[in-house]
Amino acid sequence: MSETTPYRNPQNIQINKSWCKGCGICAGLCSKVLSMDGGSKAFAANPSLCTGCRICETHCPDFAISIGVDVN
Amino acid sequence: MNDVAQLARLMQGNEAIVEGALSAGLRFFAGYPITPSTEISELLAARLPLYGGKFIQMEDEMASMAAIIGASLAGLKSLTATSGPGFSLKQENIGFASMAEVPCVVVNVQRHGPSTGIPTAPAQGDVMQARWGTHGDHSVIALCPASVQESYLLTVEAFNLSEKYRTPVILLTDEVIGHMRERVILPQPDQLKVIDRKKPPAGLEKYYPYRPGKDGVPAVADFCDNYRFHVTGLVHDESGFPTTDADVAEKLIRRLNNKIMDNVDDIVLSESWLTQDADTIIVAYGAVSRSARKAIKEARLAGLKVGLFRPITIWPFPEKEIDALSRQAHTMIVPEMNLGQLKLEVERAASGRSRVIGVNKVNGELITPGEILDTIIKQ
Amino acid sequence: MQNNANKYLRSEKLPHIWCPGCGNGIVLGAITRAFGLLNCDQNNTVVVSGIGCSSRATGYLDFCTLHTTHGRALAFATGIKMARPELKVFVLMGDGDSTGIGGNHFIHAARRNIDLTAIIFNNSIYGMTGGQSSPLSPLNSRATTAPQGTFERPFDLAELAQGAGATYVARGTTYHANMLTQLIRNGADHKGFSVVEAVTACPISYGRRNKMGNGYDMLLWQKEHSVPVEKARKLTPLEMEGKFAIGELYKADAPEFTDIYERFIEEKQKKNKEERQRGVN
Ligand SMILES: Cc1ncc(C[n+]2csc(CCOP(=O)(O)OP(=O)(O)O)c2C)c(N)n1
Ligand code: SF4
Ligand code: SF4
Repeated sequence: MSETTPYRNPQNIQINKSWCKGCGICAGLCSKVLSMDGGSKAFAANPSLCTGCRICETHCPDFAISIGVDVN
Repeated sequence: MNDVAQLARLMQGNEAIVEGALSAGLRFFAGYPITPSTEISELLAARLPLYGGKFIQMEDEMASMAAIIGASLAGLKSLTATSGPGFSLKQENIGFASMAEVPCVVVNVQRHGPSTGIPTAPAQGDVMQARWGTHGDHSVIALCPASVQESYLLTVEAFNLSEKYRTPVILLTDEVIGHMRERVILPQPDQLKVIDRKKPPAGLEKYYPYRPGKDGVPAVADFCDNYRFHVTGLVHDESGFPTTDADVAEKLIRRLNNKIMDNVDDIVLSESWLTQDADTIIVAYGAVSRSARKAIKEARLAGLKVGLFRPITIWPFPEKEIDALSRQAHTMIVPEMNLGQLKLEVERAASGRSRVIGVNKVNGELITPGEILDTIIKQ
Repeated sequence: MQNNANKYLRSEKLPHIWCPGCGNGIVLGAITRAFGLLNCDQNNTVVVSGIGCSSRATGYLDFCTLHTTHGRALAFATGIKMARPELKVFVLMGDGDSTGIGGNHFIHAARRNIDLTAIIFNNSIYGMTGGQSSPLSPLNSRATTAPQGTFERPFDLAELAQGAGATYVARGTTYHANMLTQLIRNGADHKGFSVVEAVTACPISYGRRNKMGNGYDMLLWQKEHSVPVEKARKLTPLEMEGKFAIGELYKADAPEFTDIYERFIEEKQKKNKEERQRGVN
């Protein structure tokens, strides 16, 4: 994957902005963690609240989100 | 295993097609019953399994055409057989095979039409459909047998051409040839030239399934044989993936046409008989060429200088040959069981150098030698 | 992504062509994760599709892929599977592709019980051509060709499949994406004709016209209108009105077509050889 956000939290939310089409599905499903930025791309507003459930990943129609569970 | 009999045998035209297909390496057939082609299905249902080949009666002709394309992509030489109404239904997928460059052979045992016409009666009304039946500019090869022996040989040739040029090939026969019985000599397997599609070398770092070779033909791999790639009926680049790039589209469509049209010398077969001194040429194909031959014999006995030109490959049309003959003959007579389909091509190739006269019949009956002779005399 | 699912994608072809919020990408994600669970052999699997937005999915999957003509994918796949029964063959289709123009091939593939895994992206509409009604458009739903709402009753795809002879029938939704993955996995594991209906959203050509909101709203609609099959079986038709069951709806064991045919070939060849040896023929 090419462009990823610099967000690296324990759950490691990676958002590929060049694939994100800004549909808002992830932010709708997980409003406590995810939000849409001004340019209508998803971003992790509160990464520390992420539980690693991967609902965003499985529901992103654009393969733009991947949740890597950090080994450490 | 090969159970091709080596003796002369009496057989029907449709049966000879079956023998020819098996000799050429046929391993998959999908069809839907329609008179006068059904014998081909029936015989292959029994014969193909003996060769480890597969037969399926599909739910309709669209499905039959689709299934043979699928099987061919999976690596098997594939055939379907039909007649007018079914030929119409296959057209969309014939275009797919042309665009995706999938080798396959389609037999059309022509019958009277349009629509259901006279289902059991012969005609030659699908000449233009064979050439232009599917939408868009495309290349096609169509062969036209005039005897049972030739039904065998041209079926082998149809497979060879389809494998060599990766294109659908149409065997355009007719009810008369399909159902008549004649003595046939089946060649020994080692006397027969059988061509198999070229394959890409293994181990290429990056594989371009649709990158043409010098002959304009790409080496598309069989599915699940060394490479993973995409096949589509959309305009695609050399990697096989769709694009709407105008240059790529232009280049692709032209290549699909040119790979046939640049090789007419290799593809086109024809027969000239008694044409050396002829000032009148009968241009006839399929069953009608047999009537033409008889008419010419009579005419010769009466001292008339008449010869036969018989396109065996009708698409691409043998224009060079007609061009040459039009420089010696003042008249060309084109008898056809339609209202003058191939006559248009003859006129085009003769470019006004010869007068072109049609002898046309659309009543479901074969044109007789007498009818052709009358025209020769009256012309 | 989970369980190696990524390797089944042709990532270099992304972003895909689908509209923002289109459920097709969610179905495609569920499919790749099912491939991961199946540990699918990329060199021994073919994925075939028809024509429509959803059928463009084959372009994004790293297998031998075949994007065919409208409605005919199952017939192409039948040729491939018969030619090489050892290959695993998946067939991706839209609702119009599989039940409109391709309806005949659908029922006949089911009748034969040929070992293909058919995944139908059911967005209730002809998406690619801009929102015409499909044989799965709900009664009274609006489409460009049904401005007042359709007058025609839709098929129930699962019942159609079962009635025609499919031996594995399941329905999932993009909201229940993980369940969808499991259903696809189980469908692929089943020997015979498997049908997995994936209820998905076309916010652009269906949602807008039917005032269903955006892709997210349509996901919630799926959540609210679906009932797990175990529960659905206990409900009356009245209670199920306007709802649909999800899960594994039907499963049966029956002889598979290519198996039967391969055995027939073997026997026929054996018999022929014996006859030859005895000098009959
Ligand atoms: C023979 C033929 N008829 C019509 C079309 C035009 N066409 C392309 S896609 C499509 C409908 C697709 O709808 P569906 O199968 O539901 O898939 P979706 O686009 O919704 O995913 C139609 C009618 C075509 N390509 N070929
Ligand atoms: S993994 Fe779960 S909790 Fe974390 S951002 Fe995605 S949806 Fe929210
Ligand atoms: S038209 Fe509908 S089905 Fe097609 S890509 Fe857009 S949202 Fe998806």
